[in-house]
Amino acid sequence: MAPRLKLFLPLILFAVLALFLFRGLSLDPRAMPSALIDKPFPVFSLPALESGETLDRSLLLGKVSLVNIWATWCISCRVEHPYLNQLTEAGIHIVGVNYKDDDESAKRWLADLGNPYSINIVDAAGNLGLDLGVYGAPETYFVDAEGVIRYRHVGVIDERVWRSKLAAIYAEIGGELPPSLAGAGS
Amino acid sequence: MRILMTVLLWCWAVAALAVIETYEFSSPELEARYHALSQELRCPKCQNQNIADSNAPIAQDLRKQLYQQLESGASDEEILDYMVARYGEFVRYRPEMAGPTLILWLAPVLLLAAGVVVALLVLRSRRGDRDRGLSEEEQRKLQEMLEREQDA
Repeated sequence: MAPRLKLFLPLILFAVLALFLFRGLSLDPRAMPSALIDKPFPVFSLPALESGETLDRSLLLGKVSLVNIWATWCISCRVEHPYLNQLTEAGIHIVGVNYKDDDESAKRWLADLGNPYSINIVDAAGNLGLDLGVYGAPETYFVDAEGVIRYRHVGVIDERVWRSKLAAIYAEIGGELPPSLAGAGS
Repeated sequence: MRILMTVLLWCWAVAALAVIETYEFSSPELEARYHALSQELRCPKCQNQNIADSNAPIAQDLRKQLYQQLESGASDEEILDYMVARYGEFVRYRPEMAGPTLILWLAPVLLLAAGVVVALLVLRSRRGDRDRGLSEEEQRKLQEMLEREQDA
């Protein structure tokens, strides 16, 4: 019997290999978990885009916020902008980080495309971005009411991503989800 | 010949473009450490390049950060910890030997060991076949054949 079983060895090896390769098809090789998950939002002291007043992380305490890293040079940011407007209209609290950008262009962009942000932090040198581990805009951090980062989304937020994934995460960290923005599963 | 010259000049031009920003170091030792660390830190955006090779904005930022920290007297350990705290173990080409990265370190050794074991088993079974010699039955038959040959 044993030599007979040996004949099946290549088949078994093939099956195992195929299983791993098949799994690999649906993995995103660029996905990189944030090192800051479940860590407090980094300390910062930066001006607000609109008023110039100095902001710090107390801005993020007391309610669940999305912190969106954006810039006028970032093409994908333009793509996700209309959906951010929708989220804000439905009552989601979004804080903007204007990342390595020019203040005047940023103000013009918000005037032209609408302003989904409750406030914008100016990170002209990119230091806050560095502390957050940002590697490309747009990125969106889900911060709970204690100011702790609970999730990071890299790339565009659109209706599909929101309903299939982000809505559930937002609700899980204590965010109040308006019925119009409920996830597909709920 | 002229074509060759053009091509060579073009290569040279590309190489010149590839030189990114330059930093003035206060000591050659710092410069050496800068080169070593920038080879070892991986660019988060362009995942198969280190920050020395990449021209992505994030790699430039990390090089600047590296330069500033070296000049302010940080140790290699402190700099790597700083980067890992922000970008995760991912950012090191030689990640710490603990937790999920353990398999990266151990897999080659384990696979090599498995290969050696298989090779030894195969070799042993082959040698077994060859050195087994003749059984008594075969010896007797051989003897018979030889005797018949002599008789003929």
